[in-house]
Amino acid sequence: MSTIVKEKVGYVGRAMKRVEDPRLLKGLATYVDDLRLPGMLHAVVVRSPHAHARVRRVDGAAARALAGVAGVFSGADLNAHCGTVPCAASMPDLKAPKHTVLASDRVYFVGHPVAVVVAATPYAAVDAAEAVQVEYEPLPVVVDAEKALEKGSPLTHPDLGTNVAFTWHLAGGDIDAAFKNADRVVRQRMYHQRLTPMAIEPRGCVASFDRGSGTLTLWTSTQIPHLVRTLLPGMIGIAENKLRVVAPEVGGGFGSKLNLYVEEAICSYLAMRLGAPVKWIERRRENAAATIHGRDQIGDYEVAVSNDGTILGLRNRTIADLGSYLQLLTPAIPTLTGLVLTGSYKIPAVRMDVIGVYTHKMAADAYRGAGRPEATYLIERLMDLVAGETGQDPIELRRRHFPKPQEFPFPTATGLTYDSGDYDAALRKAMELARWDELVGRREARRRDGGLFGIGVSTYVEICGMGPSKAMMAGGWEWGCVRIEMSAKVTVITGATPHGQGQETSFAQIAADRLGVPIDDIVVLHGDTSIAHYGRDTYGSRATAVGGGALVMCIDRVVDKAKRLAAHLLGARPEQVEFQEGRFSLKGGAGRDLGWTDLAAEAYVAKNLPAGFEPGLEASAFFEPENFTFPFGTHICAVDLDRETGKVTIVKYVAVDDCGNQMNPLLIEGQLQGGIAQSIGQALFERTVYDENGQLLTGEFTDYALPRAEDIPEYAMGATVTPTTANPLGVKGVGEAGTIGATPAIANAVIDALRPLGVKHLDMPLTPEKIWRAINRR
Amino acid sequence: MASPVQIRVTINGTLHTHEVEPRLLLVHYLREVCGLTGTHVGCETSLCGACTVLVDGKAVKSCTMFAVQADGCALTTIEGLAVNGDLHPVQEGFWERHALQCGYCTPGMVMTAVQLLADRKRPTREEIAHALRGNLCRCTGYTHIIDAVEHAAARR
Repeated sequence: MSTIVKEKVGYVGRAMKRVEDPRLLKGLATYVDDLRLPGMLHAVVVRSPHAHARVRRVDGAAARALAGVAGVFSGADLNAHCGTVPCAASMPDLKAPKHTVLASDRVYFVGHPVAVVVAATPYAAVDAAEAVQVEYEPLPVVVDAEKALEKGSPLTHPDLGTNVAFTWHLAGGDIDAAFKNADRVVRQRMYHQRLTPMAIEPRGCVASFDRGSGTLTLWTSTQIPHLVRTLLPGMIGIAENKLRVVAPEVGGGFGSKLNLYVEEAICSYLAMRLGAPVKWIERRRENAAATIHGRDQIGDYEVAVSNDGTILGLRNRTIADLGSYLQLLTPAIPTLTGLVLTGSYKIPAVRMDVIGVYTHKMAADAYRGAGRPEATYLIERLMDLVAGETGQDPIELRRRHFPKPQEFPFPTATGLTYDSGDYDAALRKAMELARWDELVGRREARRRDGGLFGIGVSTYVEICGMGPSKAMMAGGWEWGCVRIEMSAKVTVITGATPHGQGQETSFAQIAADRLGVPIDDIVVLHGDTSIAHYGRDTYGSRATAVGGGALVMCIDRVVDKAKRLAAHLLGARPEQVEFQEGRFSLKGGAGRDLGWTDLAAEAYVAKNLPAGFEPGLEASAFFEPENFTFPFGTHICAVDLDRETGKVTIVKYVAVDDCGNQMNPLLIEGQLQGGIAQSIGQALFERTVYDENGQLLTGEFTDYALPRAEDIPEYAMGATVTPTTANPLGVKGVGEAGTIGATPAIANAVIDALRPLGVKHLDMPLTPEKIWRAINRR
Repeated sequence: MASPVQIRVTINGTLHTHEVEPRLLLVHYLREVCGLTGTHVGCETSLCGACTVLVDGKAVKSCTMFAVQADGCALTTIEGLAVNGDLHPVQEGFWERHALQCGYCTPGMVMTAVQLLADRKRPTREEIAHALRGNLCRCTGYTHIIDAVEHAAARR
């Protein structure tokens, strides 16, 4: 295992272990289920076992009669008091169903909340939930998005009169000319399966209302406490400044906790109504059924190619299966697919038509990568298909379509401007690490022996560091604060909300270097809106790219202020003061110097300050990035297939990723390996399955196949470093690269292994059964 | 409802005596009755391993055992692993090798690894991966966890 360590004095760039870990390793961290408040009640949600049904009757009488039960509430009780679930995306023709917190008269997916029971203990609440009588009248179900578009299909929401939620188009360049001038059109239909994020900590929340101050505190397992604080008031009517939202220790998100969910609104409302804290903890079956899913796009893809192998254009019609409701970003996900559809290639013309379709399933939304894994998979599969049909080498085809380093900033036909890149450098490095020629030789040798050995490549680019506010629904900036305490300890506050990514460590590294203080003197705070007053939280690989920008601004402001104070104390002008490694001195080295301890004491005691100098040593800042960032890289995967069983063995995996400047290579490696594992899951095992009645067949870890330790190969990992100009740290973000770059490399390798049998394409997941059928043509 | 049953359980070296409902799961006993919230619940079906504790030295998923079944047993939970604040070699290995991100699966992973290393002095990477097959992690991709267990084995 290679860990990249830069030779450098200072903390940044070093593979430092995390300051977060001791509390987590000792069992002393506080996740939401670990909170206990006096008088706390426990909520359990009664959910629909039907995918589509009329709710004839909800009878809570038997439940109410049980010991310890504080209340049983149906839609009739709560929907008038809790507003509808917000969706932050909008299209001109978007038709949105009314998304109440509990079902009114119909249910639209298995797991749809119908009632909520509140009791003194968790066990009493579960007993009571089982005693709630709900009478359903089953209605026709549609679970297949393509069938949902057929005439006469059952309607997901009959009152909308259609299953089409929206249509969306993206066009760049002259697509008609591209196909008119094409010598050949390569076509493939591809299905990007539905996935379940499955964070190991399910969701959960605790709401507590302080009657005296009229303040509500909501602890919730979320990636977005700040967005929850912005959006929840619209549901329950509390003022934003009377609401405190806390993300305590959060046990994984992957996009599944980038949402405002009905349970958060219900617990908040009931805490106010009942005058007692209310806790709700999701169980695994609920997590599989009623926490957002991801992906689920199907489309017909066409590439216009000239005889010399040049790609002229790319067009497709994509059907996005949204499920039955719009969650926060549901309609936005396929638009992200469109934006990076041309990948790392110069493709002058593109057209994408998306139809968002309602079906009787849980809502699809942002699962790690959110739209971009779909795009990368499509373009990387298509590159292999084009190479195959035109008799070109897949590597050379990719290479000849790369923009050159000097062509950056590179404008794409989809309307983006890629910040910086050297795609060929990453490819070369990956081929070197893979010992490419040897690997190809091994494939040929295995094939001669009748083996099924394949090599897959993915030369991906992704869109990260969400993002400039002009491109984001609710602002794309990030907020931060740096305070030199009176004792010269340093408090860093960020509006980002890390939940495993490790910014308590990497932000301390950045601050320690720039302030010239020992790293142990720094504490990084986050995730509590009463401490981090504003923020846009953690998603879209943005925390360091955008939050780090705010951190640097704060540090610069604090240092500037300290320079003015130092100048005053040293009897000089600010421009004469030099700041180096935590010491303020006069340029030229004459006279005494001052450290943070001296300046902090003076700044807060405030008896000897320059005229007009505000006491204190603190600065806050909003950082607005000028562009997204565009990390890239090359992943190479080699697989050996078992002819008898169809089992895939990954025999080599090489990842070269460029996420710009590296703050902490150990954390980057962790993010990449975790993402690659999720890609292995998607490529080989994972698929969320509903049967034709809308029953969820993958509602547990028994049926939904997460990768396990034995499924993971040894990696060879490397990096190139191409800083971005979009933020002062030059970092691009790395949280999603693994799930974006890796999936197509694995899929391409499996298809390559089957190429001698004439197989051109298989949809994921590439399970042993699917491969066995391909081998045996059954 | 069945009447409460008295149990005596030694947890991390301390004897606890409680009256519990017969249906109370061991993990809920540890978390709700004893206040030891380091042991986590990820699935309640013994599939994810987040709730793994040692019962008489064996790694057990405490979500599929009743508290009454632990009567008379000696348990070790994640809170009992560090001695006088010094991390156990497995905890140390996890810290050194960045084998945790969100930390939710970590207590269970660590307890399973502790039992593995009690059984096998120097397990191979394959043996470590095999031993951890009952513990799910969604963050790390497992490689650093295997590194961590190797590190711990080498340091003993």
